Amino acid sequence: MGLKNKDLLGIEHFSPEEILLVLDTAASMKEIIGRQIKKVPTLRGKTVVNVFYEPSTRTRTSFELAAKYLSADSINISASGSSVVKGESLRDTSATIAALGADVVVLRHPMAGAPVLVAGQVKAAVINAGDGAHEHPTQALLDMYTVRDKKGALEGLKIAIVGDILHSRVARSDIWGFTRMGARVRVCGPSTMLPPGLENMGVEVFHRMEEALSGADVIIMLRIQLERQQQGLFPSVREYARLFGLNSEKLALAKPGALVMHPGPINRGVEIATEVAYGVQAVINEQVTNGLAVRMALLYLLAGGVAQ
Amino acid sequence: MRILIKGGRIIDPVENKDKTLDVLIENGKISALEKKLAADGAVTVDASGLLVAPGLIDMHVHLREPGYEAKETIETGLKAAVRGGFTGVACMPNTNPVADNQTVIKYIIDRASALGLARVWPIGALTRGSRGEQLTEMADLKNAGAAALSDDGRPVAGSGIMRRAMQYARMVGLTVISHCEDPELAAGGSMNEGFISTRLGLKGIPGAAEEVMVARDIILSELTGCPLHIAHVSTRGSVRLVREAKARGLKVTAEATPHHFTLTDAAVEGYNTSTKVNPPLRGEADVAAIKEGLADGTIDVIATDHAPHTMEEKDVEYDSAPFGLVGLETAVGLVWRELVRPGILTPAEAVAKMTVNPARLLGIEKDTLRPGAVADITIIDPSLEETVDPLSFASKGRNTPFAGWKLKGLPVLTMVGGKIVYSHAGIKIL
Repeated sequence: MGLKNKDLLGIEHFSPEEILLVLDTAASMKEIIGRQIKKVPTLRGKTVVNVFYEPSTRTRTSFELAAKYLSADSINISASGSSVVKGESLRDTSATIAALGADVVVLRHPMAGAPVLVAGQVKAAVINAGDGAHEHPTQALLDMYTVRDKKGALEGLKIAIVGDILHSRVARSDIWGFTRMGARVRVCGPSTMLPPGLENMGVEVFHRMEEALSGADVIIMLRIQLERQQQGLFPSVREYARLFGLNSEKLALAKPGALVMHPGPINRGVEIATEVAYGVQAVINEQVTNGLAVRMALLYLLAGGVAQ
Repeated sequence: MRILIKGGRIIDPVENKDKTLDVLIENGKISALEKKLAADGAVTVDASGLLVAPGLIDMHVHLREPGYEAKETIETGLKAAVRGGFTGVACMPNTNPVADNQTVIKYIIDRASALGLARVWPIGALTRGSRGEQLTEMADLKNAGAAALSDDGRPVAGSGIMRRAMQYARMVGLTVISHCEDPELAAGGSMNEGFISTRLGLKGIPGAAEEVMVARDIILSELTGCPLHIAHVSTRGSVRLVREAKARGLKVTAEATPHHFTLTDAAVEGYNTSTKVNPPLRGEADVAAIKEGLADGTIDVIATDHAPHTMEEKDVEYDSAPFGLVGLETAVGLVWRELVRPGILTPAEAVAKMTVNPARLLGIEKDTLRPGAVADITIIDPSLEETVDPLSFASKGRNTPFAGWKLKGLPVLTMVGGKIVYSHAGIKIL
């Protein structure tokens, strides 16, 4: 079997079978990353266009490397260096990219739903690399990959997601993904940063980190954007760190050996203490490596590559 | 010219009539209303099976001219109006320049009367440039023909200036129409705040953004004695506030739009920018409350908030798209679908909310089919069904969330001052 749709726009409409397919494919891709010569001809002759309307280090580099390891041609377009600064609309930019013959368009955009607009416009497969506060499906897939890799399975695990859920596309994609795979998801954050209706996504909502972490198998810490303080969403970094930062004391409330994850980039000393970020339970760098494998898997599955 | 409308069911909320009569129109006026009229040489409209109503009025439209002629002109807007069964519209002052002075008001009236389509009653701005800082010359605006005052689309944030504006408007004798939206509570939002906005990752506008200002303006209406009309009520809380205000005998009225009693925020799924409207499409409980408010008389008026935009403005990311959707050419069909056929309103009650009720609010003397009255007439075919095709709109705006919907109960003839300004291909005129 393959993926049902030509695009990956979000995890919300992804089935458990599709998630498993991506994770299993990623496992074989990870083997390639471990080789001396990290290159296979699978996507030779295919073109991957990374369109980034927002700054990004790991996601963009990860997609670019993933394409290169699979021998696809990849190019990067960033909003600042393109016709976007001349006022070109997203629809017209995507029409141009389609006309240039892209097979896969990877899109990062600050506005929710932008990949839906592009997907309806181009024949190429569109991969959502993060759209506003909507979804970041490849992050959720690499998170699930990492957890499955470490814990063996996803079903029945207690996953705690802590931080600014309101603005987090990672949280939304993780919630859809982990709940769909049978994990039990708890979210925790200040009342000003929890969007309405979260319970309808099948999660438990907490304001006290101690309760949310109790017995957790996995802790996913979210980045807090410091400008949210000016927007009146939290009173001070000091209080945020005290209530919602992960230190070794709070970590001790989770299950022994609980995984500490973070999509990055991290604010050390704010949402995560240095000793935890660099501690033995943290798998933050493995998430990055697994992200590469997951993105190779997706490019392979969506670009219709030929198996070796 | 004489026109005889034969065999139609007369719906006249003012005269409280609902029976089958013939209508004879001579010299722009209704000259007779009787059973089996004979009129030799008159143009005859076969209205058997059709409803004959006083001309519909839409008291909330954006004609966009002057200033935004790419979105709509007075001409295309009025063509859309008559195609939608409206013989008159009140247009909001958020043009460029803003209709905050007699020159713009007169320009709109002159353009409209030269066209000879629907009638137009311009609404003047409440504050200069609708900036919410200084009062407009309201007496001048009224003399020039403004029918009411509003800063629609740019709600007056300051309570102090709103109080003064209402005091002054009362003296001048004009109703204040308030687009109720607390700018801070609504800031940056694109849709209703709720589970759907959470799922879609769009910033929400809570119902409270509207209700806070509905409450404030009701209180200011009580303080100043100024008649207050709440535009496009969208939430259950607003309906309750208006109901309470009316129960206390305050001079408060309210309108609802077809999109707010038809759609919920679930329509935003897929990020169709034609669903982006302000106030936003709300939840099921809100839609139910609006229907209840329409049924029990809390909501006096059905108005469209017709807000055309160009294709290129709407063909963008949801957050980038301007608010607004076109409503003139789908209103009657939606009223029949959502309110009349389900029995929430009788045809006469529905017609009242689109004729005599807005007419009274705007101080317009008309809207009845009594002999001697000006012949502004709308004929509706309750069994005519058509698919909404935005490309067939007379409006320049194609931004409707109802494209492809089958609507049954549609206007088939619009007459203004005894002149047929629109007729559907299917109606028999001999």
